[in-house]
Order: sequence, then C-alpha cells, then structure tokens
Amino acid sequence: MAKISLIVNGNPVTGNIDPRTLLVQFLRENLQLTGTHVGCDTSQCGACVVHLDGKAVKSCTTLAVMADGHEVKTIEGLAADGAPLHPMQEAFREHHGLQCGFCTPGMIMTAIDLVHRKGNELDDHTIREELEGNLCRCTGYQNIVASIAAGAKAMANSDLV
Amino acid sequence: MYEFKYHRPGTVRQAANLLVKNEDAKLIAGGHTLIPVMKQRLASPPHLVDLSHIEGLNTIEMKGRSLVIGATAKHAEVATSAIVGEAIPALANLASQIGDPAVRHKGTIGGSLANNDPTADYPAAVLALGATIVTNKRRLKAEEYFQGLFTTALEADEIITKVMFPLPKKAAYIKFRNQASRYALVGVFVARRPSDVRVTVTGAGSDGVFRIEAFEEALKKRFSSKVLEGIDVPAEGLNSDIHGSAEYRAHLIGVLTRRAVDAANAKE
Repeated sequence: MAKISLIVNGNPVTGNIDPRTLLVQFLRENLQLTGTHVGCDTSQCGACVVHLDGKAVKSCTTLAVMADGHEVKTIEGLAADGAPLHPMQEAFREHHGLQCGFCTPGMIMTAIDLVHRKGNELDDHTIREELEGNLCRCTGYQNIVASIAAGAKAMANSDLV
Repeated sequence: MYEFKYHRPGTVRQAANLLVKNEDAKLIAGGHTLIPVMKQRLASPPHLVDLSHIEGLNTIEMKGRSLVIGATAKHAEVATSAIVGEAIPALANLASQIGDPAVRHKGTIGGSLANNDPTADYPAAVLALGATIVTNKRRLKAEEYFQGLFTTALEADEIITKVMFPLPKKAAYIKFRNQASRYALVGVFVARRPSDVRVTVTGAGSDGVFRIEAFEEALKKRFSSKVLEGIDVPAEGLNSDIHGSAEYRAHLIGVLTRRAVDAANAKE
C-alpha cells in the first residue's frame, strides 16, 4: 500500500492505496467524486479528463500515486453546490451541448483548459482540433463546439476559473 | 494491472541505483505508453521508478549551438517553448501534433525515445537532425541509438537525461495521420543541415525510423522539391496492414517529403 496526500478541488485529501490505483478510480471510488467518468479506459475518449496542477490530463492513464503532492480539479470543483454553474457548464446547458451527458465532464474540463491556454476568443476550427482527445457518441459535435465558443467568451466576465 | 512497488527518486543517480537493485524495474514519466501496456497485462514490472519528480530533468535551454531538451520535458512544453520555437520551429510543430492536448500534458520526449514505437514522431526528428541522446552513462548518436522495432541502444540500467539537437538551417515535419488512431501512418522529417540533408521516415518502416539516402543525395545538390520528381521509394520493407499497403506508404513518403521540403523552404 502507498500513502498519498493531495489537494482535490481545493481540499486536502489523503489515501492509503494500492499503487495500481488509477487517479480516476481514486477520485470515483475513494472520494466518491463520480462526476469524472471512465469511458474507454484507454486514454482515447476523454471522459476522464481532470486538471492536474491546472492542466487537462486523462485520469484513466495517471496513477494516483503519481499525483501524490499535487493538485487535482474535477468537474465537481468548478462551482460550489447550490451556487451558479461555471460559465462553461452554463454554456453547455444553454447551447444544448450534451445529450446523454456521459462525455460532458471531460468535454468541459478540456474546454476550460483550452480557454486557459488559448484565450476567450476561439474559432470553430481551433475548438474542433483541440477536441481531438474527447469523443461524443450521441450525436455530432456541433452544439459542443457552439457551447465551448460561448463558454469561452463568458469566462472572460466570470470570477470562476 | 499486476502489483508493483512504486518508487519516487529525487535524482537520476537514485533512479539508476533503483534500476540496478531491482531487476525488471521499469522507468515511468508520463506513463502514456507504459500504463496502457500494464493495464493490458502485456507488461508486469514489479517495480516502477517515477522520473517525473526529478528536478531539472525537464529543462529546455540553448547550450552553445545546440538546443538541449531534458528527458522529462512534456510534449506540450516542447510545443509551446519559446526557445524551441526560435531554435527549431519544426520540432515544436512536431511536438504539437503528438496525441491530443491531454496526452501532450503528460507524455515526455525521453519516454517516446526510450520506447521507440515505430509510429512515434520524435524518432524522425532525432535521426534527421542528428541529435545526441545523453544518458546517465554516455552520449549516443541518433544513428547508433535506434536499433529497430521498440529497440534502442539503451542498457537495462541506463536513463536518458537529455537530448541535444544541433541547429539545422531549415527543417520541417509533415505527418499523415491514421484517421482512427491519429498515429503517423507516415511521417517525414526533412532537415537541411550545415553539412548535408537528411530525410527520415516514421510510421512506414517495418523496422522503425529510417533514412532515405536517394532523397538526401538529390536534396543536398539542390534543396527543392523539384529534384525529387522521378525518384521512387521502393515499397520493400515497408509496413502493409489494414491501414495502408506498402505501395501506398511508399507513395506517401514521396508526397510528404516534397511537402516537407516546400514547408522548410517557405519558412525562410
């Protein structure tokens, strides 16, 4: 077993885990943060994307022990319970950027990382290229792209990061 | 995944000692090759030695006339580094095309080179630019480093610490992606170096990255895509699979090399 301590959504957490534990398992099963999904489990689909030290990573391909001492943010950490949604979440609702919702947490975490890297004005081509590692199997990507463009703009006027 | 013991050394020396002490130990940095392989139980190392917390191992800097990239520099760091963008923009461009954004936040240059996947991007750049691979034990020229499919000159307790790239006059990388996996179906790196020209191909060779001397000779005389017309690449020794026949890959090599030469010339 390995002892780990890290910051998850701003809160210090600890765990005594088998080193084989994936970060996504630790989040979902130890911390009950089930907003982060396991889709393909092969680092292709992006349903498991979280931020590790502020950067989007696939938590199905990260060992929890490697996150020891680091900072993780999940979809649950974007906005407080009962408070208004994060502008990117709100944009997905407004623009119907989801159907079944399975890919949505990963899409949103990827989208916010994209805004951090490339700013608030994003054209469709850039968004589509950057979504290379996130798969949606319900429908097309049209409304996801529209949501991200709108959410990126809205983030310019929000205190939530 | 089978059980393993996790180690987090603070220095390369400690990491090397762990490799010596624990037979069959594996190094891990980004983990984007090793973790999937361990999940599939194709690898079951009893010890994992994590290089990602060794300070200074991801430094990117100019040293004299060489661009030096630390082994644990991530693809995203190479892609967005102002130093790389200034020194060898083709290398930054190559790094920006590896995997997807989340993968680029984890995967490292040292990991890619140590694995030497026949469809990986970095080997094409390292061989074309005539880079030197520096380990905890010695310096290896690119030509002696790559030894075929998933095979390198690295010894069991040897750790890549950095890669030194001499600056080319011009360079470009053009990749034709497999539409599903996004790996290079064929990738061509062209480097016009002070003394010669090198053309390297990844993704196509059944034995990993390789050079095309016929192209190199022609381009050395005149660095223009026009001189490549009429020089055919033999399909012999190229991969043939459901994604493309050897003949198709041979054709792509010619097309991509011409595009790479044009791209290298357009940058001036």
